[in-house]
Order: sequence, then structure tokens, then C-alpha cells
Amino acid sequence: MASQVEAPVVRLSDVEKVFTRGDEAATTALEAIDLDIRRGEFVSLIGPSGCGKSTLLRVIGDLIQPTRGEVVVNGKPASQARRERDYGMVFQAPVLMDWRTVQDNVRLPLEILGRPTAQRTARAREMLELVELGDFLEHYPYQLSGGMQQRVAIARALSFEPAILLMDEPFGALDEMTRERMNSEVLRIWERTGTTIVFVTHSIPEAVFLSSRVVVMSPRPGRITRVVEIDLPRPRNEDSRETPRYFQLVTEVREALRMRGDRPADDEAIGDVPSVDRTMAEGAVG
Amino acid sequence: MATAVAARGRPVAAATDRARGRGWSALTFAGILLLLLAVWEGVKFLGGVPWRTPGAVPGDPVLWNPPFRWPFANDLNLPHVWNIVLAFTQPFQRGAEATLAEYLLGAALYTWREAAIGFMLGGFLGLALATVFVHSRLLERALVPYVIASQTVPIIALAPLIAFVMGQSVLTVVLIATYLTFFPVTIAMIRGLRSFDPRAMELMRSYAASRWQIYRKLRLPASLPYLFTALRISATASIVGAIIGEDAGGIQAGLGRVITTFNQYYITGPEKLWAAIIAAALLGIAFFLVIRAIEIAVLRGQPGAEGG
Ligand SMILES: Nc1ncnc2c1ncn2[C@@H]1O[C@H](COP(=O)(O)OP(=O)(O)O)[C@@H](O)[C@H]1O
Ligand SMILES: [Mg+2]
Repeated sequence: MASQVEAPVVRLSDVEKVFTRGDEAATTALEAIDLDIRRGEFVSLIGPSGCGKSTLLRVIGDLIQPTRGEVVVNGKPASQARRERDYGMVFQAPVLMDWRTVQDNVRLPLEILGRPTAQRTARAREMLELVELGDFLEHYPYQLSGGMQQRVAIARALSFEPAILLMDEPFGALDEMTRERMNSEVLRIWERTGTTIVFVTHSIPEAVFLSSRVVVMSPRPGRITRVVEIDLPRPRNEDSRETPRYFQLVTEVREALRMRGDRPADDEAIGDVPSVDRTMAEGAVG
Repeated sequence: MATAVAARGRPVAAATDRARGRGWSALTFAGILLLLLAVWEGVKFLGGVPWRTPGAVPGDPVLWNPPFRWPFANDLNLPHVWNIVLAFTQPFQRGAEATLAEYLLGAALYTWREAAIGFMLGGFLGLALATVFVHSRLLERALVPYVIASQTVPIIALAPLIAFVMGQSVLTVVLIATYLTFFPVTIAMIRGLRSFDPRAMELMRSYAASRWQIYRKLRLPASLPYLFTALRISATASIVGAIIGEDAGGIQAGLGRVITTFNQYYITGPEKLWAAIIAAALLGIAFFLVIRAIEIAVLRGQPGAEGG
């Protein structure tokens, strides 16, 4: 999918994030994070609550600064990437503006970027068609279901064609059936737009179904314990969820998550293994 | 609220609920008013002076002779409701052509103009101060205590001072109305401009939005429910300010002066003072309702926008 020679879209080198709140004990939310994300890749971050997934996403998006280490996005520092509008964000809640119609919500980033009015309207329509909400342009957010609101949020994030889409448990609040439908929809959008996606989830099936790679994290301190290459053939559809390979990969990710949880004492030992794993995995696929 | 969450009431159902709610509050208001009138006349029924027909002169037949004689319930201290109502239709002073109702309406409109100008100035001042404060913790910490302290100075003490500086003019009255208006707006908007969803702020930062854009497109719209709540309070406060200020400002045409005059000549027509007080109350309520109507129009379609 991605060429070997091309520079990564996101390169995290030895990133560490320590939260200090007043004179409370400091929390090491991230430690020794090394990760390269290639152009057009779909990378999922998975791990138990509090392992630093959201923190990692915010560090990539320059919403918080790492305590140590470097974040390079499209060959420039993350702060510059943010100023150049390289990021689209989608959170667990849709975070739509109550006082704006669906269409005007999608237009918001285009207004801020100072795009011409005609383009705003055209783009907003196009994006809402893409998420199949073309009939709801003039509705207000409260008139839509949770799944529809989240689709508006996705349309909004895509509207200005950011190089990277950062999604923090975007379907975490949805029921299982809506979630699976949204998964297929995101895949379709990803295939059509070719956007690089970093996707936080704590659902193993979701991560496996969507991703090119699944990054498994462990808590206290937040680290990458393994990176699982997902070699399910594309294009994927609902049938992909029933192939033996899919189940194998789900098991693999589950075990990678469990490996850590069973042995909380062996911090140092396990901390080292994954980086080796990751190197091997990257080397193997290329 | 800056976030649309799922599971909101259907708009149509919400609208009828709202209409029903308004109908109920109007009914409650009427009920309480009737109760008040009943108590008023009940007191007079028990301990007032002998009842006569409305507008009667001494010597006319007595309709009812109350069993007690309480001084506070006599016709001077507590005129009959129907005599107050009747007074509205009578000339406002001997030989005058205009009725008291017309006279009070003119005075009320004059006072309303003063109050409205002060209200707008105060509204903008409050918004400006709050805008500065939410952008600078330093200025907020340094100046908010003074804003609060300003309201501990009694208006009775402040009014002559403003008149002394500004001279006896409408400007004095307007400034007093401003003084009473800006405070609720400042305090409410310090909260309102911070009431946005923090995740919406992250979103704006991810777009690298400027401070002005964040203000225009997030802080301000999210604060509107707070703004209108404050403006409703300020609307009535500005009327009070204007009425009080007219005395210090030496204004002859407004309700404040009318109230002072009728107070001085209370013995010759107690109903007139009560009528003027009712006019002042109605003016306050009318201004309040105007702001409320604007609020409903502006926040239309926004769930959760129904302030108290
Ligand atoms: N702003 C913050 N201040 C202090 N601690 C924080 C902050 N944000 C996150 N943390 C801490 O960092 C750790 C990782 O949090 P987070 O990235 O939200 O985890 P996840 O998204 O994987 O559930 C948690 O222990 C959390 O308490
Ligand atoms: Mg999280």
C-alpha cells in the first residue's frame, strides 16, 4: 500500500509525556514512544483505559506538547503542521455546534481557513453526500441520531482535506450495530480519500477490521507493547469479519493486550520486547 | 451548551411543551395578582373606613361598614383598587386635558428611552469587560474586585455624585442606568464566554483558529443563553436606575419625577401615586418581555436554551 522509500507522514521518536498537576505526583502518560506512520495508512491505537491513547493522539495533533522526544509530521514539527491545517480531528462525542445547522457545522473549518463562500457550500454538500447525509443539510444537530451526528463530525473533519485524520474512539458511544455500519463507512471513505488515519479504539474487532496496523499499548507508563500488521485483503467488507485470518488476527491482538495485563510486575522486561517486535513487523512488511 | 448529544426531545414536542409552560406561567401570574387584590381588599373589608361607590364624595351612602378601624387600612394609606383603576381615566391634575393613563404613558416612554440607552451602553460595557477578563486572568484578578465593589456603593449616594460631575441632564440618568446594567452582564458573561465545550476549543485549535475566530464562532455563540439571562435582569434594573436617576438628573418629564410629585401631593390623591407605581412596574415588565421575545427569536432552534 505505501511505498518503502517515501518518508513517513508521522514520525514519533522517543516521545514522553509526563503530566504534573500542582504538587500532585506526576503521571507518566507516555514513555519511549517510537512510531512511524506511512502515507495513506490506517493505524489503530488500542489498549486499556488510561494507557495514553488519547494523549498520544493529542501529541501527534499538537494539542499538547510532549515532555521529551520529537513529533515530525510531513517533514515538519507538529506545531507547524497544525498551523498549516494538516489535521482533522474526530472525538468520541460529535462536538457539533448546537446553533449551527448540519451544513454550517461542516462549513465551520472552511470558514476558519478563509475558503471562498461558494467553495464552502460546495464542499460541505459534497462531504455530507459522502457520509450519506445529503438530505439533512438544514437540520440542527439535536434533530439527528448519535450515529448521524458522528457522521457530520467526520464530514466536518474531512471538509478541508487534511493530510491526517485523528479519530479518538469516534464510535465508542454507539451501539454495536451502528458501530459496525460506521466501520464500513469509514473504510469506504478512507479508500476513496486516501487520507492517513490514526484511530483510537478499545474494540479489538474494530481495530482489526479497519486497520493496516494495530498498535497495542499498555498502561503505567503508557508504552507501545506490540504492533500487529493486519494483512487482511482489501477491499474489506462485512464478509471479512468471518474469515479465519480475521479471527487469527483478533486473537493475536487480544493476546498482545493480555500478555501485558497478566504480568504487571515485569515492566522493564516487557517494555523492551515490543520494540523488537515492532521493528521486525515493519521490516517484514515494507 | 456547545455539544449536541443524542437523546434530545423532538423539536415539535419541545415547542408545545414550551408553549404550555408559558400558558401556565401566565395563568399563575394572573392567579397571584388576583390573590394580592383579594388580600388588599380583604384587609380593607375588615379594618378600613366605610365603603362607598367608586369616586364617591363624603355624604354618599355607605355600602359596607368594616368591623374594625385599622389606621394602615384607611383610604389614604391603602386606597381601594377600583379607585386606583378609576384614577387612570381621570385628568392627571385638576383642569388638565390628558388622563392620568395618557400622562403616565408619556412619562413611562420617556423613562424607557433613558433606560434603554443606559441598558445598551451597560450591555456593551459588560460584554467588553467580560471579553477582556476571559482573555486575561491577570486583568480579571486585578479588576473584578472593583467591579463587584462598584455595586456596593448605594445608587442613592452615587446619583448626586454623577449629577455633580455630568451636570443635571439626561446623561446623568443614562449613566445611572448604565451603572446598574453593566454589572449583571459582566458577571454572567465571564461565565458565559467560558461555557463552551472544551473539546470544541480543541477542535478550533486543530484548525489553528485565531483568537478572534474562536471568540466569534465559539465563545460568543455558546454564551448567548448567559447573555440573555443577564439582559433580562438588566432590563428591569435599568428602569429602576432611570427612575431613581431622574431626581438627581433634574429630569421633569419621566416617571421618576411623576412619582416624586405624586408623593409630595399624596394627601390630595393617594390613588395617583399608586397608579404611577403600577405604571413603573408595568414598564419594567414590558422591557423584560421585549428582551425575552428577542431571546426566544435569537435562540430559536437551540435546545436547552430555555433560561429560567
Ligand atoms: N490533562 C491531563 N492532566 C493530567 N493527567 C492526564 C491528563 N490527560 C491524561 N492524563 C493521564 O494520563 C493517562 C493517560 O490518559 P489518556 O491518554 O486519556 O488515556 P486513554 O485515552 O488511553 O484512556 C491517564 O493516567 C490520565 O489520568
Ligand atoms: Mg481516551
